[in-house]
Amino acid sequence: MADAALTVAGVRKRFAATDVLHGIELTVPAGSVTAVLGPSGCGKTTLLRLIAGFERLDAGHIAVGGVTVADTTTHVSLPPERRRVGIVPQEGALFPHLDVAGNIGFGLARGPQAQARVQELLALVGLAGLGRQRPDQLSGGQQQRVALARALAPRPSLILLDEPFSSLDAALRNQVRDEVFDVLRAEQATAVLVTHDQQEALSVADQVAVLLGGRIAQCADPNTLYEAPADLAVATFIGEAVVVDGVVERGVVRTALGTHALRPGAPPAGPVEVVVRPEQIELVPVQVDGGAAAVVTGRSFYGHDGVARLQVAGIGSAVSARLPAGHLPERGASVWLRVRGAVSAFAPCSAEG
Amino acid sequence: MHSTTRSRPPTGLVLPAAVAAVVAVLPIWYLVDRSFSRGWAEVRDELWQERTLQLVLRSLGLTAAVTVLSVCIGVAAAWLVERSDLRGRGVLRVLFTLPLAVPSYLAAFAWISWRPGLAGFTGATLVLTLVSYPYVMLPVMAALRHLDPALDDVARSLGKTRRQVMAGLTLRQLRPAIAAGALLVALYVLSDFGAVAAMRYEAFTWVIYGAYRAGFNPARAAILATVLVLLASALVSAEGAARGRAAAARLGMGAARAHTPVRLGRSATAAAWVFAATVLVPAVLFPAWRISVWLRSYASTDVDLGRVVGALGNTVLLAALAAGATILLAFPVGVLAARYRGRLSGAIERSTYIAHALPGIVVAISLVYVGVKLLRPIYLQTPLLVLGYVVLFLPLAVGSVRTSVQQSSPRMEEVARSLGNGPLTVVRRVTAPLALPGVAAGAALVTLATMKELPVTLVLHPTGTETLAMELWRHTSVSDYANAGPYALALVAFAAIPTALLGLPRRTARRGHGDG
Repeated sequence: MADAALTVAGVRKRFAATDVLHGIELTVPAGSVTAVLGPSGCGKTTLLRLIAGFERLDAGHIAVGGVTVADTTTHVSLPPERRRVGIVPQEGALFPHLDVAGNIGFGLARGPQAQARVQELLALVGLAGLGRQRPDQLSGGQQQRVALARALAPRPSLILLDEPFSSLDAALRNQVRDEVFDVLRAEQATAVLVTHDQQEALSVADQVAVLLGGRIAQCADPNTLYEAPADLAVATFIGEAVVVDGVVERGVVRTALGTHALRPGAPPAGPVEVVVRPEQIELVPVQVDGGAAAVVTGRSFYGHDGVARLQVAGIGSAVSARLPAGHLPERGASVWLRVRGAVSAFAPCSAEG
Repeated sequence: MHSTTRSRPPTGLVLPAAVAAVVAVLPIWYLVDRSFSRGWAEVRDELWQERTLQLVLRSLGLTAAVTVLSVCIGVAAAWLVERSDLRGRGVLRVLFTLPLAVPSYLAAFAWISWRPGLAGFTGATLVLTLVSYPYVMLPVMAALRHLDPALDDVARSLGKTRRQVMAGLTLRQLRPAIAAGALLVALYVLSDFGAVAAMRYEAFTWVIYGAYRAGFNPARAAILATVLVLLASALVSAEGAARGRAAAARLGMGAARAHTPVRLGRSATAAAWVFAATVLVPAVLFPAWRISVWLRSYASTDVDLGRVVGALGNTVLLAALAAGATILLAFPVGVLAARYRGRLSGAIERSTYIAHALPGIVVAISLVYVGVKLLRPIYLQTPLLVLGYVVLFLPLAVGSVRTSVQQSSPRMEEVARSLGNGPLTVVRRVTAPLALPGVAAGAALVTLATMKELPVTLVLHPTGTETLAMELWRHTSVSDYANAGPYALALVAFAAIPTALLGLPRRTARRGHGDG
């Protein structure tokens, strides 16, 4: 694929006795931002280190900017310094013995052009005039922006960001994140962001690769990922989900919550596990066809909306319903519910992936 | 093509490190070669004597006594300086470190010249404890600084008293530091030559020197030296066990918060000052007083002052050469050990630590042999003497380099690689500058050790080159204390400079040194 800034194919890696990655496939189009999203320990940092060249593949192929940087069949393995991959580590890892300009210019050959590039990047990340500062004189957000500028300076084919915002406090995080991705887009850089924060992944990425159990469970744009998850694991990992048992019959699925329309891709018949999003559940004043009776066991008010926890006959755990703020029922009330729109259904064994 | 990621160290590091390893194991080759030169029977006859057992027991007895006393003094002094609110603890910190600047033989002669009756076990224990407790105090001080105060707070909030926290938590966390310090003291005592010779205590080193000097029976000296090396190796492995698993987990990159000093009550303050005086008067004041007494009687004689200046010049030059050469060889080993864990780098690092268990007298006589056999052109020349210092002090420098490299994050080197720098360039542009404080501390340690060193200097010095240590030894060993005075003063004064640097708290970053 000529347009791909990064191609990862059949990549496997094991440490001692544990398989960390088995068979990773990932393609990142040039100029896009791809998030690799997964819980801690899923192997996402290992994947990033394999791309950067800090670890060796056990099997597979990696190409950056159309150049093969690692391939186990042809025994190619370029050292990190020849891969043209920039990296922004979690803690920034600025060189404490160099000033800000020294850090940004680290990957550039000395000369007037390097000077100009450093000044350009200082301005781009909003730190013009701070070139002579020491890294320990900067705030956490400023340090991350210097780390980004340092990675961008040699114009790499690909930028890897390893949970770059997790060390920042929550108030600062969103702001620094927006600034960083504005800069990446201004430089037309291709970026891979590794994160365990799904809100972060869904909000900034053009495509999100969900890494579960050492495999890419699904790689899609954020909307598809949420609306049409590939399997139950992705469905429950992304966003909130109510999972109930059901049976598919003649194009619809019956569950304890009623009868629902199916999204494409569901099994044609038989027992399934059904994923309902809390915002699909609405309360209705009277019993309707395809609805169910429930008792309100708890409620949480969030301002713009709220969540009611409902007990429904035939379902062991509480069912969450996201409701407009004015429509939250009292605790203990008996209500009728109905599921709006189509639901995803998966064969029961699909959780084991 | 294959990458040079972390598992595979660059040849540019491995080659110099391998040179360091070869240099470090040279004496072992000598020991094996000489010991068995006349076959097993000779070895057995030499060892199978009651005298040998006595020697072992004498050396081990002295080692045990000094190590226990040094641990007690060292831990107490470190706690007072780091954790109490005692006034003047900044000055105490330096004063407590100063005995490092006093060579053991100088301290021994200071006592012997005052009370000849001290000779023997008592005198040797007293002198060696007073000069070696800083080897426990310094690592314990560093460890106390790096313990997380939050742990203490948690333990206190769970209902433990301060005393229980100290005994149950602090001491346990200090175990690796105490074990490392105790090992240094034990090895120091086992390999000390000057003090036991001055105190006429028949320990291994003195007997080996005698065997080497007297009959020129190289096999006997080598066999005894082998036993001594085995004892020392046993100590090194015992330390590994005592250090426990705690050593594997680092003590953290420095506490987020400073410790609140413990308030000493009036009686505790008084006790603290009595303790400080009990240690510092015999360890620092007494040698200073003896030197001043010697100097006063020296003023009435007429000795060539130019000779003193010449010896001082030689000492400083040799110390600088030794520090430079040792750091140069230790740096690649330290970087390999810290960054490229593997069979090769492990073997290289361990072989440089062999010298840890090699007493100076063993290194000295083995380098005589190596010099005669292999390095004829530099035999009894400055380079061979410097090589002796390198073998002896390589472990000190490797330890400093490795620790300081480990303290910087490997992420920084990875970033530097991804920015287009090869592994060796990264060492030059990132690893080395970041390790600079630790490397400087290692250089200071080697400088200090070289200035005080006696057996290697005595055996390997080039003809006509006199150092302060040699002149001091020459005069004191024949009770000519008046003429020893100026050498003693010059040696202690110059050795105090690197010592004071070691006693000062290490600044972590270059905070506040920004030039912008």
